[in-house]
Amino acid sequence: MIAMQPGTLLLFGAFAAFSVFFLGRRRALSLGTSQQGLKSLPAYHGAYAALWLFVPLALALLVWWSFSGRLVELSMLQRIPDGVIADTAGNAGLVLDEIQNIANGAIRVEDEVLNGLARDYEALQVESRRRLTLAALALAIAGAAFGLMRIRPDFSARQRVERFIRAVLFLASSVAVLTTIGIVATMLLETIRFFGQVPETEFLFGLEWSPQTAIRNDQVAAAGSFGAVPLLAGTLLVATLAMLIAVPVGLMTAIYLTQYAGRGLRAVVKPLLEVLAGIPTVVYGFFAALTVAPMVRRFGEGLGLNVASESALAAGLVVGIMVIPQISSLSDDALTAVPRSLRDGALALGATRSEATRNVLLPAAMPGIVGGVLLALSRAIGETMIVVMAAGLAANLTANPFEAVTTMTVQIVSLLTGDQEFASARTLAAFALGLFLFMVTLALNVLGQRVVRQQQVHER
Amino acid sequence: MAWVLEDARSAVAASLRRRHARERRFRLLGLAAVLVGMLFLLLLFVTVLSQGIGAFRQTELMLPMDVTAAQVDPLGDGSRESLAAGNYDAVVREAIHRSLPGTAPRADRAALVALVSVEAGFRLRDRVIAAPELVGQRVELWVPSSDDVDLYVQGRVNRDTPLAARELEDRQFDWVDALAAEGRVVRVFNTALIKNGDSRNPELAGVRAAFRGSLYMLAVMLVLAFPVGVAAAVYLEEFAPRNRWTDLIEVNINNLAAVPSIVYGLLGLVVFINWLALPRSAPLVGGLVLALLTLPVIIISARAAIKAVPATLRDAALALGASRVQTVFGHVLPQALPGIITGTVIGIARALGETAPLLMIGMVAFIADIPRSPLDPSTALPVQVYQWAESPDPSFVARTAAAIMVLLAFLFAMNLLALMLRRKFEGHAG
Repeated sequence: MIAMQPGTLLLFGAFAAFSVFFLGRRRALSLGTSQQGLKSLPAYHGAYAALWLFVPLALALLVWWSFSGRLVELSMLQRIPDGVIADTAGNAGLVLDEIQNIANGAIRVEDEVLNGLARDYEALQVESRRRLTLAALALAIAGAAFGLMRIRPDFSARQRVERFIRAVLFLASSVAVLTTIGIVATMLLETIRFFGQVPETEFLFGLEWSPQTAIRNDQVAAAGSFGAVPLLAGTLLVATLAMLIAVPVGLMTAIYLTQYAGRGLRAVVKPLLEVLAGIPTVVYGFFAALTVAPMVRRFGEGLGLNVASESALAAGLVVGIMVIPQISSLSDDALTAVPRSLRDGALALGATRSEATRNVLLPAAMPGIVGGVLLALSRAIGETMIVVMAAGLAANLTANPFEAVTTMTVQIVSLLTGDQEFASARTLAAFALGLFLFMVTLALNVLGQRVVRQQQVHER
Repeated sequence: MAWVLEDARSAVAASLRRRHARERRFRLLGLAAVLVGMLFLLLLFVTVLSQGIGAFRQTELMLPMDVTAAQVDPLGDGSRESLAAGNYDAVVREAIHRSLPGTAPRADRAALVALVSVEAGFRLRDRVIAAPELVGQRVELWVPSSDDVDLYVQGRVNRDTPLAARELEDRQFDWVDALAAEGRVVRVFNTALIKNGDSRNPELAGVRAAFRGSLYMLAVMLVLAFPVGVAAAVYLEEFAPRNRWTDLIEVNINNLAAVPSIVYGLLGLVVFINWLALPRSAPLVGGLVLALLTLPVIIISARAAIKAVPATLRDAALALGASRVQTVFGHVLPQALPGIITGTVIGIARALGETAPLLMIGMVAFIADIPRSPLDPSTALPVQVYQWAESPDPSFVARTAAAIMVLLAFLFAMNLLALMLRRKFEGHAG
């Protein structure tokens, strides 16, 4: 029996499924003397049989893809002689890596034992593929035979096929839930491992952040400190500065566009705001580092202040610019959703437009606006590239916007870029920060969406 | 009596003046806010354009190369192998020296070599291999200058620039001026930027590898996120019963759309790289992560498109005896498809501008080779922007801005495509 590559197998399966589809259709047609004699259309009978061929084959492949690598590695580990492992200070994983690299042709060695093991490894892989081919083909043939056998004039193939389609659609919609579970589970697992090495109290209440742990376990180095308070403070400082820019500008833009601007101006400004919203954040980061940071620096020095070249103000300012479109578009929605009669009533009583806006429209639209601000705040807290490029790495605990601060997202990036041992406290700290970030933004989103919905409910 | 009225009238007039002044101020404030937003947008574009436009051109120098057999044909047989092993850098070195009378071949050697790119020798070699009859002749060849000369020719550095902020000395500027006086300096379209992968030499660095990486990720997203997103939207709009599980799915989709992108990167690092042992830095993994990230966006826009299909269409199909599945796939989906495609393309374009999740899965490595499959190590356009932006070399500032222009053009083209598709389909439907 040949050992097919999994990709070939899948392609073969697809081709076979096509053939079985036509076979099944033919069989259905031949069973009923005419199309009238069949309960379902012939094509459904064909599709039914084809599904019975393809689904078992695909499932077999899926199972193989998930487990075969590990199984081959496990049986390989048992074959490595103890002497070889002793050479690498007892680390069998390193030997396995080397063997895999030899087998892939990535490296070449003279050592005959290793070369022999690499050949064994390849043989094991071929054997694993051979078994896959065997199992998948057997399943496919059995499935196709079963599917074809069940074709009878009174067999309701359409219902079965449609039930299958519905199941697939249902599975697709569950991906969203799986993603959430995946995020929470992975973050939680890594965070628990992190708290096995660093006490929770240090992370939550520690005032010092300097994650300089050793790169290798046996290296002598300071343990590093993992107090997240300065990061939280830095994140809040940047986000607050951003909101100080974005809320007034965004809200006033929305008010002007809904209450004052003519159709012409609206038609120009709204698409431009969408352009602002569509610009990748890395571009904002470049803009922040190259244009805004020097401007802030000159401005601060003009006031006679000492300004860091990577100041919190520069980062906050640009994050603020980035969320202006979000705030203005959500405020716009909230303002236009207020019944026209409210505004007309206020104007009819002699209020000026600004009085009507401030005293009538804004209170009525407030839930929508607040919700929008909360969603924008969540975005500002989770924003990464602007702060990576414009804010610093030094964890200062300060409220001075002209000093350099660092944020949670900046630290996640700096902890995880570059080669690190995966189980080190340094790497795991990134996941603790990630979980924290996820929870904070989730809370803000849920709250924001609830507040927005509140306005919609009131209006009904 | 009259004075009371007069008093009231003047009080009202005063208050009206006050109120109207306040109205004007409020209105001006609103206009100012709009202008501030537009100003920032303008400033951003001006920054990118003014910095980046220079990088689309590259200075080239014409040098008289004496291609002697002794230097370029070490085996002496004129064969391809022999010519490939020649010492072309020496030929280039002598050519610079010769075209600048008054320089000393040894004492000024480093200063002279600093004028041309390392590419010069390779270009001469390719030329000679393609036309072996050039051996023994003098060839006038245009070769790329070094990035430092390029900065000088652009006027970004000059003799007033402090020495700490420039690589070249005044006498090297004099040499460039001397070459320019002879018409030996031109700026031509920078083909390296379009044709090459990344490089440590700014004059050779290009976005091709990053662009290819982005295209692979686009393909992965189209294959995964589009069908899954549409299937999920169809289920939720057409089949889902109203129960707890459906509510849970809806809440999840709304919240996932607002999760910071970096969190998806962390998920991808653990699940795809550590558990499933997929290769680091591969566009396949990047595409998977971006597909997860863009899925909620696709689902939300696809649901809106399906919802917009008139109920009469469904009722008509059902009344004629079609099953629900037949109705949805035969009638509702084709009607909703333009909206779905537009939403998908816009969502995918957005995802292609993401950088942070890609940093988490190791797509920041220095990759000079152009990836040939979604499994090869690669980078992506926004990541390339980030990498160049982090470089202290002033020549890379211009290239960063140029890469941004390529990225923005790419995203703009995708959005335009979405718009055109919608127009086209709407034309058919109407």
